[in-house]
Amino acid sequence: MNPLLAVVETSGNAGETIVFWVCAIVAVAGALGMVLSRRAVHSALWIASTMMSLAVLYFSLSAPFLGVTQVVVYTGAVMMLFLFVLMIVGVDSSDSLVETIKGQRLAAIVLGLALVALLVAAVGSATLQAQGLDAANTVDGGNVQGLARLIFGRYVLAFEVTSALLITAALGAMVLAHRERHTPRPTQRQLSEQRVRSGYPQNLPGPGVYARHNAVGTPGLLPDGTPTDISVPAPLRGVSAVVGVDHEDTARVVTLSSGLAVGPTDDEETVS
Amino acid sequence: MNPANYLYLSAVLFSIGAVGVLVRRNAIVVFMCIELMLNASNLAFVSFARTWGNLDGQVIAFFVMVVAAAEVVIGLAIVMAIFRTRRSASVDEANLLKY
Repeated sequence: MNPLLAVVETSGNAGETIVFWVCAIVAVAGALGMVLSRRAVHSALWIASTMMSLAVLYFSLSAPFLGVTQVVVYTGAVMMLFLFVLMIVGVDSSDSLVETIKGQRLAAIVLGLALVALLVAAVGSATLQAQGLDAANTVDGGNVQGLARLIFGRYVLAFEVTSALLITAALGAMVLAHRERHTPRPTQRQLSEQRVRSGYPQNLPGPGVYARHNAVGTPGLLPDGTPTDISVPAPLRGVSAVVGVDHEDTARVVTLSSGLAVGPTDDEETVS
Repeated sequence: MNPANYLYLSAVLFSIGAVGVLVRRNAIVVFMCIELMLNASNLAFVSFARTWGNLDGQVIAFFVMVVAAAEVVIGLAIVMAIFRTRRSASVDEANLLKY
């Protein structure tokens, strides 16, 4: 028998109840957080926690293969894909709070509550008697072996159709993500001529390195102490909050370090 | 433990996902909500598999995962293609088919 399965099943009913409630709370909190957080990256992190807790629930439902698949496929592959696309589309892209259709949000919430009520009533009126998967999981030597017998036996046609689906999806993604070139690619000669004619043929200055900041977004300082924007990569220009060197402050620091007393500056006087 | 609890949890997660699809405007978050709905139905399948004492429900959940992976690949590629032309991932911006 699968050791993972043995751990889950010998832990008994009380253990399963505790696991269920902990994971259910985490899953519902993650789902709510995903819907309610404005930033797409936060949504992705919330739903990752939901998927992890669902994986734990699969283990306690004696489905260890699906639990591992959930972690590998969803939190591994699908969430990485989401995060990659978010990085391209823009991490800062947050939803607008303007309602396009008037009253749509309220109607959606009411409909959601109605759906919960309907499903809960339907499940509550059903009679469920769990038979347990112990027999089905042991007859072939384990959960994975039992699933393999079904997938490559009774469901082999669906499995083959799935492979066709995956190939179509891969092809479709390549076609959709492909970008046609509308202009001919510039040659190296054209690029260098363009560079000489631009009036700035030399290398651009590097970004600034400071005691507290050496991020690539901090501009380098020119000899006169003013920050230069061309030292920052183009997408980050104008974002940085670094200001130029204050010569009065520098002089104050020099005087202080030589042991002389300095009077308070204008700012300090207004504060006190 | 009552097997209905898993179904209640699945129903709640599915409804949260459905509300998210209706409420959110960012196409990527809408996709996440769809993933949540697929996950909720998977939980129901796995819980039914245990209720019935055979593995067919787990096989169906496995196939749902495969379809979800294919769907998310195509969906995100479409979002990328729309973002490239419209410079926005909002579902309100993609209204070219309207005219």
